[in-house]
Amino acid sequence: MKAASFNRWFGRGWLAAGFVFLYLPIVALIIFSFNDSPIPNVWRGFTLKWYEALIRDQEMLSGLWLSLQIALLTACGSVVLGTLAAFALVKYKRFKGRTLFSGMVSAPLVMPEVVVGLSLLLMLVSVQRALGFPERGLFTIWLGHLLLGMAYATVVVQARLQDLNPQLEEAAMDLGAKPHQVFWLVTLPMIGQSLISAWLLTFTLSLDDVVLSAFLSGPGSTTMPLVIFSRARLGLNPSVNAIATVIVIVVAVGVVLASYLIARAERRRQQEMASATRA
Amino acid sequence: MSNAPMTGLHRLVVDAFSGRVLVIAAPFLFLLVFFLGPFFIVGKISVSEMEAVTFKDLVTWSEGVLTLSLKFGTYQFIAQDPLYWQTYVNSVKYAGATTLLCLFIGYPFAYFMARAKSSVQPALLMLVMLPFWTSFLLRVYSWRGLLTEGGWVAEVIVGLGLDQLLYSLGLITAPGKLMHTPFSLVLGMTYTYLPFMILPLYSNLAKMDLRLLEAAADLGATPWTAFWKITVPLSKAGIIAGSMLVFIPCIGEFVIPELLGGPETLMIGRVLWDEFFSNNDWPMASSVAVVMILLIIVPLAIFNKYQAEASDKR
Amino acid sequence: MNVVSTEKPAFLQIQDVVKDFDGFKAVNHVSLDIAKGEIFALLGSSGCGKSTLLRMLAGFELPTSGRIVLEGEDLSGLPPYRRPMNMMFQSYALFPHLTVWENIAFGLKREGLPAAQVSERVESMLKLVQLSQFAKRKPHQLSGGQQQRVALARSLAKQPRLLLLDEPLGALDKKLREQTQIELVNIIESVGVTCVMVTHDQEEAMTMASRIAIMSEGRFLQVGAPGDLYETPATRFVADFIGNVNLMDGTLDEDEADHCVVGSADCRHYVGHGITGTQNMAVTVALRPEKIHLSRNRPLGHDGQPDPYNTAQGTIKEMSYFGSYTVFHVQLGSGAMLKVSMTNTQRHRDDEFTWGDTVWAHWSRSAHVVLTQ
Repeated sequence: MKAASFNRWFGRGWLAAGFVFLYLPIVALIIFSFNDSPIPNVWRGFTLKWYEALIRDQEMLSGLWLSLQIALLTACGSVVLGTLAAFALVKYKRFKGRTLFSGMVSAPLVMPEVVVGLSLLLMLVSVQRALGFPERGLFTIWLGHLLLGMAYATVVVQARLQDLNPQLEEAAMDLGAKPHQVFWLVTLPMIGQSLISAWLLTFTLSLDDVVLSAFLSGPGSTTMPLVIFSRARLGLNPSVNAIATVIVIVVAVGVVLASYLIARAERRRQQEMASATRA
Repeated sequence: MSNAPMTGLHRLVVDAFSGRVLVIAAPFLFLLVFFLGPFFIVGKISVSEMEAVTFKDLVTWSEGVLTLSLKFGTYQFIAQDPLYWQTYVNSVKYAGATTLLCLFIGYPFAYFMARAKSSVQPALLMLVMLPFWTSFLLRVYSWRGLLTEGGWVAEVIVGLGLDQLLYSLGLITAPGKLMHTPFSLVLGMTYTYLPFMILPLYSNLAKMDLRLLEAAADLGATPWTAFWKITVPLSKAGIIAGSMLVFIPCIGEFVIPELLGGPETLMIGRVLWDEFFSNNDWPMASSVAVVMILLIIVPLAIFNKYQAEASDKR
Repeated sequence: MNVVSTEKPAFLQIQDVVKDFDGFKAVNHVSLDIAKGEIFALLGSSGCGKSTLLRMLAGFELPTSGRIVLEGEDLSGLPPYRRPMNMMFQSYALFPHLTVWENIAFGLKREGLPAAQVSERVESMLKLVQLSQFAKRKPHQLSGGQQQRVALARSLAKQPRLLLLDEPLGALDKKLREQTQIELVNIIESVGVTCVMVTHDQEEAMTMASRIAIMSEGRFLQVGAPGDLYETPATRFVADFIGNVNLMDGTLDEDEADHCVVGSADCRHYVGHGITGTQNMAVTVALRPEKIHLSRNRPLGHDGQPDPYNTAQGTIKEMSYFGSYTVFHVQLGSGAMLKVSMTNTQRHRDDEFTWGDTVWAHWSRSAHVVLTQ
């Protein structure tokens, strides 16, 4: 049918155009990181000097180190809090303040970061005035990232938890497992993959965050995105291209590798099933 | 629970109760203290007076006199100064434009993804997510390079003469100058938030029962009619989710207007930032934040309702 | 309703249990005694409360009031992991990340048994359900029937004092179901465990259980052996619920100790048992389709004269052929439809019935039952 094939080609065209749109800036970033020109806009010649400069770039490297630390802490904390929140929302259908709780958990997903950042900072300053701590720095940035990360982690874990057959946990209890044993022996293995997804997601978000970090950082605690942002504000800067390429390559390799491993495990499982039924 | 208290029952209550309380209490308290609490503080500070580097207390006690000083000057200022009003309107305008563009580009995208061969879909999903995992800051920065004079996209647009069209529409300030314009801003925001629109739409469309379309065709509907009368209404939940995920954060966006926007695309996020970091006027910044919260309360409630319904339906 | 058992307190006692969900009584004052070694079925359509009652036995729900007593021990407050019963779930609920062996060993490991004993028990369970060579497989690598056997083995591994089955044959197709019914009962009886099962399938209940309780809207309507329920239903509802039945309303004309006579629209019923009723009381006669015989000629009584009782004339309106038997729908004089089921004992009959034939339906004096409720 002519309509169906038009549909198909139109669809493929739209998808292709969409992907070009999505990937164009990434490709440009990478290409111009090798550009021998202070202005990474027009191609002048091939060079690796920006990468060499990167290795000596103290500001950027210390920013990277700080960001990695915060991201690690954020990912771990978000997964813990997010899993708890997901459990609360899925297992306990009725408790006082559930609507409020549900609203608070999902609000950071959409709330503009300037609002969240400002309010959290003002509260922390008030606390500091009263109690003498915390100082603005790694800890305060971590708190802000936790808020955001927890929201994302809850969404991811909640989705998986809801799909879980409740009879599995009942069966475990019936067979003598106490509630905490049910969690460790049955529930956790089944939601394991979603916990890893949530961890990676919140790690990335933390690593990339600008606004929350800006509000919540103190002297000497400049994260990598803040370094990049201040340089980018001033204009085009090839050092940014260089770090960008490094990040993109690492992430791309990571994501592709993860997808490949998951697909391979899935294929192996299919093979096992096929051979099992023939037996 | 059983009426007659027994040792076995008591044990069960203790078993269940302590676990349940902990599970709910930990995240609940965290959010109350660090998410909800701060909003009250913001409210309080918006009516405080600024003093050197920090704010004065609302309630002061000196020489036996208890003084409560509420300064509503900031709100007065916002209400009266046309600049603030214009900025709020701008923010809603650009956020709205971005949402519509994301919907226009994203819906067909999600649709064709959902209709693709099922073996290909995970790969497509990964390809959509991949840019999301790489830093958004860097990608927005890259658009600067692409849109400045001499950049790839700029060259293409100028070469095709499209810049004249954009100029006549008032989207750019002068032919050839694509950067720091409404055009570059909306383009940047659409680019950044597109995955937020595609994902909920895709997830919704992928779950749609295709047999409904078969039934429609059997009853005489053309594919076009079936699309508008069946597919679109059924994907309403996805459309709302995606739209809220784009619209609400866009209103308060700071980074993208900063890197890609210009003087006439001043958005409220930038205003808040300047009040806080440049003017060091915390009450002012707080008032701006409070008004922004009031602005998004309705869309936020819509989003919340959708989230709750979506999780209950599963 | 109470079922009185022997002098010794019954193995499992359900004492006036009520389960109230916000005003809705899912289980409404239910009492029951179950003997050791019985296979007992709770039969009813969905929403009748049978699953809720089973879950209260297992410990997943707590009774709003009433007690559950096992061998004299009150279980009402105990959580599921402290109860000496095990359940086989409708969805089998096999742990997908564990092998068959590990699934069966799960409950044993929770008891803290030494590894050698666990191993021994698992092996014997695998042998019982004939799945020894599948020990290392994961659940998704097994067929539906095999998964069920693993679920059964897992629930028997801890040698529970009570086995609970939740719609055990629900997920299987017809052929497999018949085979599995017998296997299941054999295994349960060989182990000797007392069993309570829940089902909406009459056939399942009747073939597997030694006693059945019919449940509706949270109450027991009748409790008894399958034969008793089928042949001696207590109410119209029960008669209609189990199998097929013809219900004919009438009035009580005669009522003696050994018989009674009921007059209904199409015939006079001579029933071989008495009931305690009053003259002209409204009653219903329940007559099973397979107890009715069709003939072309008017049936004669013992004296050679046309039988005044238990006969009715009608026209065949519908016929449904089931292979081993045929069901006829005969329209009687009053317009009421009589369902008659006749076995096809011969491959061909010269005088086979067909649509529109006028026939006489007749049945014996012990074929039907009079119901007052």
